[in-house]
Amino acid sequence: MATPSHAASAHIDYLLHLADNAVVLGQRNGEWCGHGPVLEEDIAMTNMSLDLIGQARMLYQHAATLIGDGATEDSLAYFRDAHVFRNYTLLELPQHGALVGYATDNRDYAVTIVRNFLYSSLMLLVWERLQSSSDTQLAAIAAKSLKEVRYHVRHAGDWLVRFGDGTTESHQKAQAALEHLMPYTQEFWSASDFENDVAASGIGVEVSSLREAWEAQLQETLHAATLEMPSTTGFITTGKHQVHSEHLTYLLDEMQSLARRHPEGVW
Amino acid sequence: MNAVLSSSREPEVLAIADGGLATEKVLSEIWQTLEALTDPEIPVVSLREMGILREVRGDTLQGFEVVITPTYSGCPAMEQIHDDVLAAMRQLGHKARVVTQLAPAWTTDWMTAEAHEKLRAYGIAPPLACASSSTPTHTHAPQTQVLTFAKRPIANHNIACPQCASDNTTEISHFGSTACKALYKCLACQETFDYFKPY
Repeated sequence: MATPSHAASAHIDYLLHLADNAVVLGQRNGEWCGHGPVLEEDIAMTNMSLDLIGQARMLYQHAATLIGDGATEDSLAYFRDAHVFRNYTLLELPQHGALVGYATDNRDYAVTIVRNFLYSSLMLLVWERLQSSSDTQLAAIAAKSLKEVRYHVRHAGDWLVRFGDGTTESHQKAQAALEHLMPYTQEFWSASDFENDVAASGIGVEVSSLREAWEAQLQETLHAATLEMPSTTGFITTGKHQVHSEHLTYLLDEMQSLARRHPEGVW
Repeated sequence: MNAVLSSSREPEVLAIADGGLATEKVLSEIWQTLEALTDPEIPVVSLREMGILREVRGDTLQGFEVVITPTYSGCPAMEQIHDDVLAAMRQLGHKARVVTQLAPAWTTDWMTAEAHEKLRAYGIAPPLACASSSTPTHTHAPQTQVLTFAKRPIANHNIACPQCASDNTTEISHFGSTACKALYKCLACQETFDYFKPY
């Protein structure tokens, strides 16, 4: 493909960033399919994964149109490797604390719920703003995604309160999940060239401008949940700059294996 | 664009421009045929009544474009709907293409009154009106505190049971058998039922 101009490439990178976020969290949360803590939660989590994967599809389709040269939603989701994905590192982490946890019995629902709250409450603000993006297709996707993320925030927020204000054990687990995940949210606010470019051209949102509203929302929910706001210092992860934790490769391996084993297979 | 027919609610009202071989009759015949197509997951409601079928445009010379819009982003029924529409158009002998359009975003407010009634008869409580303002979030509706999950009063939304019409119902889960539904239980007749969520 012809090398896109600087502006076009920032536009594409931004769409891929949004799409990769959605597909990686959709795939991660899909791990609960058939393993949810209770039936209703199993269904809730897979429903939300479906929303996220649907959002990713629309974003990949749009990016593929801009990229041209035979790119499709499938080539972007299944035939890009971990080192070109642009999702936040937060979203690729296993459903577990600091240890690696892939097995079903290693999954901690508090990590799932906390991560969903941190991410979906950010996206509530992002999609709201992107409704007025100068990219009309992105604006259309934002308007749909906003309706869905409202339900996601509500779900995660309700459970966060249940866990925090629940039993001693659920409180501890929720607090531990917060301590574990909160430092990863620093990546939201650290600027990147492609985000700066799309914010300047009216396509994207300057995410750091949403920080105050996001923190207020988090503070309010944590207060109701009797949880403490953890610190957000330390290493700032670089997923959106295409430098990931080891966890993404395992996740993508599983997600991409079928398409790669049977390229262009149809049924 | 030779002929445009919009509005999912009143297919009999046609806006016809000049030219082409598009006649009121052809378009009306297309709408009539498409009326038989139902939502694959809710087979009692037609695509038009659901607000999924948005527009038919074009003419017999150039072929027709049928515009559909997805309900939820990840709705797995969209491909089936796409294929169903194409098959119906083929049966009528028209060249046709199906266009998926995202904006304006589908809303449950577009569902017709007939659709509400059919849903109810089918055992699904229809959505309360005004989706745009009634999806509660902590940010937009501070009165809907997160705490309400644990302490949510019975019949908090007054969603009537589609079986016995009692208002004495409670939400079991925000998420039900499909993305567009929540799971409720009627405390009067003890039946569980789906509630079509405002979107």
